[in-house]
Amino acid sequence: MRRETAEAARPTDRLPTWRAPGPRQRQRMRLARALFRQVWLWLLVIPAAAVFLTPWAWMITTAGKEASEIWHMPPIWIPHVYHWDNFLKAWNVGGFAVNYRNTLTICITNVAGTVFACALAAFAFARLRFPGRDVFFIVVLSTMMLPGQVTMIPLYVIFSKMGWVNTLKPLIVPAFFGDAFHIFLLRQFFLTISTELDDAARIDGCSRFGVFLRILLPLVKPALAVVTIGVFTWAWNDFMGPLIYINSTDLFTITLGLNRFVGRTTMDLQFLMAMTAVSTLLPIVAFFTTQRYMIQGIVITGIKG
Amino acid sequence: MADLPARTLPGRRHISERAQELVTAYLCLLPWVLGFLGFTLGPMLYSFGLSFFESDMLTKTYFVGLGNYRDLLYDELFLQSLKVTAIYAFSAVPLGNVVAILVALLLNQKIIGLGVWRTIYYLPSVISGVAVAVLWLQIFNPRMGLINSTLRLVGIEGPAWLFSEQWALPSIIIMSLWGAGGSMLLFLAGLQGIPTQLYEAAMIDGASSLTRFLAITIPMLTPTIFFNLVIGLIGGFQFFSESYIMTAGGPNNATLSMVLYLFRKAFLQMRFGYASAVAWILFFIVVTFTIILVRSSDRWVYYEGEMRR
Repeated sequence: MRRETAEAARPTDRLPTWRAPGPRQRQRMRLARALFRQVWLWLLVIPAAAVFLTPWAWMITTAGKEASEIWHMPPIWIPHVYHWDNFLKAWNVGGFAVNYRNTLTICITNVAGTVFACALAAFAFARLRFPGRDVFFIVVLSTMMLPGQVTMIPLYVIFSKMGWVNTLKPLIVPAFFGDAFHIFLLRQFFLTISTELDDAARIDGCSRFGVFLRILLPLVKPALAVVTIGVFTWAWNDFMGPLIYINSTDLFTITLGLNRFVGRTTMDLQFLMAMTAVSTLLPIVAFFTTQRYMIQGIVITGIKG
Repeated sequence: MADLPARTLPGRRHISERAQELVTAYLCLLPWVLGFLGFTLGPMLYSFGLSFFESDMLTKTYFVGLGNYRDLLYDELFLQSLKVTAIYAFSAVPLGNVVAILVALLLNQKIIGLGVWRTIYYLPSVISGVAVAVLWLQIFNPRMGLINSTLRLVGIEGPAWLFSEQWALPSIIIMSLWGAGGSMLLFLAGLQGIPTQLYEAAMIDGASSLTRFLAITIPMLTPTIFFNLVIGLIGGFQFFSESYIMTAGGPNNATLSMVLYLFRKAFLQMRFGYASAVAWILFFIVVTFTIILVRSSDRWVYYEGEMRR
């Protein structure tokens, strides 16, 4: 560099000029940032998922162990041989066939009753006009918030006076009268269907009820799927209801059956874990088959906002 | 629905459209109404009345007025159950929501295999409380359960968990966190509903990630937080099966929940009047906190599209 004056050379005169990063450099920086982001994301997600998965893993691996492996010190995580026959033994020892039969009975009847009563009521709220309809709907909604304990005792007294204690009836009959949540859900779905279809059918001579049966119901199949799976899973998992009303072991549901082996009667751990694992199969399968519908249901009822 | 004149429909000339509609409506609603009267309203009134009696439903039933409620004030076990229930509800619910939000934030970052991760976190909340309780009862086993064996590997002697007075309730709370997947799903849906323009605008203005989180994400999530808090509290106050199955309320009543106390009074000691009083106090508490939450929501919940007062 030429210097006109006798100034001392500035250090920066010898450094290369800073240039803004060119397009290729920017792209590399973007990739680096994206990679860095993915790395710390996976560093967080994997351990968190591992924590959530560990109980399952422990349950399933313990279900296949043999007795000596369970009490072993230091602990054996994975059995040397997976004893699939544990499942069969546990099933027989615990008499779970009866439990599954009872639970299935309750679940299926509950689904039938709920769909029947809730679809009808939802139809009335969505399509029919009658005085006080909207106020009445709010009343229905408000019953959703009721904790079950206030009605638990009188219901027990009533059912006991009817001689229904120690039968499955108190767990089945109430479902045929519907519940607010599913009325709400189905009503929202009915409202999404244009009334033009209704009108077309009516002009062709279809009765209102016919419209309900032949037009509306088939069109809300996703909602019906959600209701079915929801009610089935709820009834499958119900503990307090059966606990209150059922005393004899041949009427026990799966929940009562599992609980039985936590108390005075004991069952070898691997068998208990095996049966617990099996009892979770249905809710899991139910979840997978309706994932799509559930998310849709949440969006339609606008719960998130 | 179009109002069709009655005479165009064959065979229905003598009943007006309007009347037909009304009858259909009432018939459709009949099941629910009957159920409401017989299984909800009726029993509610019955249990309210019953709470003023001392009754075992078999031999003795006599009026005691406010006696049950007065006795409850001095009933140490009841007060203990109040304490246990309050601790559980006010720890498990906020903690669960925090975990759920954190996990939802993580999953919202466009990870590969979102569906798989979402399933992993949601699955525990799908299975029955009994299965969860039975499983975690073994996990918490002080001698050979999962947790203490793992701790022993690193030389720590873990506490007695469900057998220790101090750790029993925290154990149940920890177990409840495993089920945070339900709220997580809702938070995830809520996060995905936040318009990205907000974040873009913030980034243009030079906001850091923390500022973006506090000023955009949290406020936009408040409706979901509100919903989860209300539902969570209502459910939290009623926890029963965990205590019943895992600890039978012990040790030394450290996990005696209100519903467990109610259950014992009603079905073991046959004091149905007293138990009804407990039920109504529980109901009152739940309603009170729900109202508090709803009223306060005006101040901290932000609904997009709502007029600010």
